[in-house]
Amino acid sequence: MSATITAPPYRVIPIIPVLKPGAMEGSGPYVASDKIQEALGFPGHLVDNWHDQAIAKMGELLGKYRSLKVYMDSCVHCGACSDKCHYFIGTQDPKNMPVARQDLMRSVYRRYFTLPGKIFPKLVGARDLTREVLDEWHNYFHQCSECRRCSVFCPYGIDTAEVTMAAREILDSVGYGQKYDNEIIGKVHKIGNNLGLPAPALRDTLEGLEEDVKEDTGIDVRFPVDVKGAEVLLITPSADFFAEPHIDSLIGYAKVFHAAGTSWTLSSFASEAGNFGMFIGNYEQLRTIALRIREVALELGVKRIVVGECGHAWRVAYSFWNTLTGVGDGADPNDQFAMMLQKQLDHRYKQPMHICEFTLDLIEQKALSFDKEANDKHIITFHDSCNVARGSRMGDYPGGQFDIPRNIIKAVANNFFEMNPDTTHERTFCCGGGGGLLTDDLLDLRVKGALPRMEALKQAADEHGVNFMACICAICKTQFSKVLPYYGFERNMVGGVHQLVSNAIKLGAK
Amino acid sequence: MANIEVEGKSYETDEEGYLVNLADWNKDIANYIAKTENVDMTDQHWEVINFLREYFEEYQIAPAVRVLTKAIGKKLGADKGNSEYLYGLFPYGPGKQACKIAGLPKPTGCV
Repeated sequence: MSATITAPPYRVIPIIPVLKPGAMEGSGPYVASDKIQEALGFPGHLVDNWHDQAIAKMGELLGKYRSLKVYMDSCVHCGACSDKCHYFIGTQDPKNMPVARQDLMRSVYRRYFTLPGKIFPKLVGARDLTREVLDEWHNYFHQCSECRRCSVFCPYGIDTAEVTMAAREILDSVGYGQKYDNEIIGKVHKIGNNLGLPAPALRDTLEGLEEDVKEDTGIDVRFPVDVKGAEVLLITPSADFFAEPHIDSLIGYAKVFHAAGTSWTLSSFASEAGNFGMFIGNYEQLRTIALRIREVALELGVKRIVVGECGHAWRVAYSFWNTLTGVGDGADPNDQFAMMLQKQLDHRYKQPMHICEFTLDLIEQKALSFDKEANDKHIITFHDSCNVARGSRMGDYPGGQFDIPRNIIKAVANNFFEMNPDTTHERTFCCGGGGGLLTDDLLDLRVKGALPRMEALKQAADEHGVNFMACICAICKTQFSKVLPYYGFERNMVGGVHQLVSNAIKLGAK
Repeated sequence: MANIEVEGKSYETDEEGYLVNLADWNKDIANYIAKTENVDMTDQHWEVINFLREYFEEYQIAPAVRVLTKAIGKKLGADKGNSEYLYGLFPYGPGKQACKIAGLPKPTGCV
């Protein structure tokens, strides 16, 4: 862990910061051990012929993903992205300008895959892939949270996240993976969730929650697991079973299902919505993790699949589950299990559905009622999570992913204020811990990367007295709980949208 | 991988100082790790550590924060059954710091 962890001071005028070349130089996050790597089918450690193998992998990815080749070729270095990255703003390291970070790969691309780069490398900024360059990749491609804010401002629509994903995929393929991400993926394969929470512990935790809710409300709200024939399968991040404030949103989901009279179940086999396969840019891992959910959906015979508060999981679910698993339209017609699931699911409902869509539908049908005063102690703002904002949608019109969570908050609470519009909706800033960087060895980076969000929050706190920031992502919740104190805020100032629902929902009454 | 020296014996830890072999754990090691974390072990700390180890023995994972606070509340009184109390004991966060001292693996994922 980094010895000194410091939060940068709030900027007086939030413009491009003074450059500090080399500020975030270093060896990057912990490297995955042989055991962790091999469990995913990657080489255990850096292979001897890493140079040739990395270039070959790059060639393979350029052939497979046309987009990557376009992104490598089309950047004109206009600089529109340069000051849009939270990690650049917080660290002031010029290599964290999205254009510069991408150029760590682009320079290598030019050397090996373009004619001018092969002939006159120096003239076109082409570089050999040396060990130093590879180390630089490991360091700086783990200082990108794949949040895609820079892409919003790119006139060519270059998706920096895809470049980061490709770099991480190449690093994994030569045995140079990241410990945090790859250890977690291994736990999903082995135990079923990122946390490594075995089924008996899950059951014990959920039984405890049933007792707690009964004690609080006098009502028997159930938290069912592995129930065959349930209408809804809820897939939620395992942090919801374990961490605070996450667990309060889980209680919120359960209360909504209870109040709506919907039969639902969790699964002990597919007890994870998160899918770190996306973070490391590896299609096979992405698919294998997603298939656990299909397996359980078929086995339990559920009619609907609802996803809990998890940002990148919703991107995977909304954007990729259809072709990966058959949840939603578009799977390979020769994939018999995908077709089986297509038939089984009830297409009168969206498949998959976000828990916020589920709850707001009920609110609009007047099927739920609330005591809004129960949230009066909170003066609330909403942090748009990057993968929901820029990688997915909710509802049936563009921008539904922005309105739906806000409309829930307004239905369950009286005090709501927006943060600076340059920092919300599609322009939202990453929390600073997304994209597989939510690890203690990157805490200094996480604290610094939170700066722009903290500045916007500070402004909202000063102007409107905001004292609660709601969000719909397990990573955001953990990241903010950790970094808020570095900026002079209370740790428990962050919470879930369904935590607010839970506070206000009237049970046993219509 | 790294090693720590406690009472003349060497024990393997990971990069972050978590014990690799759970069976190695003993009270001296706990005190040693606590010192590196700037935590002064008191009876209250030991209550938490002991509960974590008991729970781990049964479930092969540390308890959820809520399960922990409830158990501590039952044992030490309702005023102590909250995460503020636990953060007071383990400032880096009861989940990770207390697990480290208890010789348990680090909880991973979005926690």
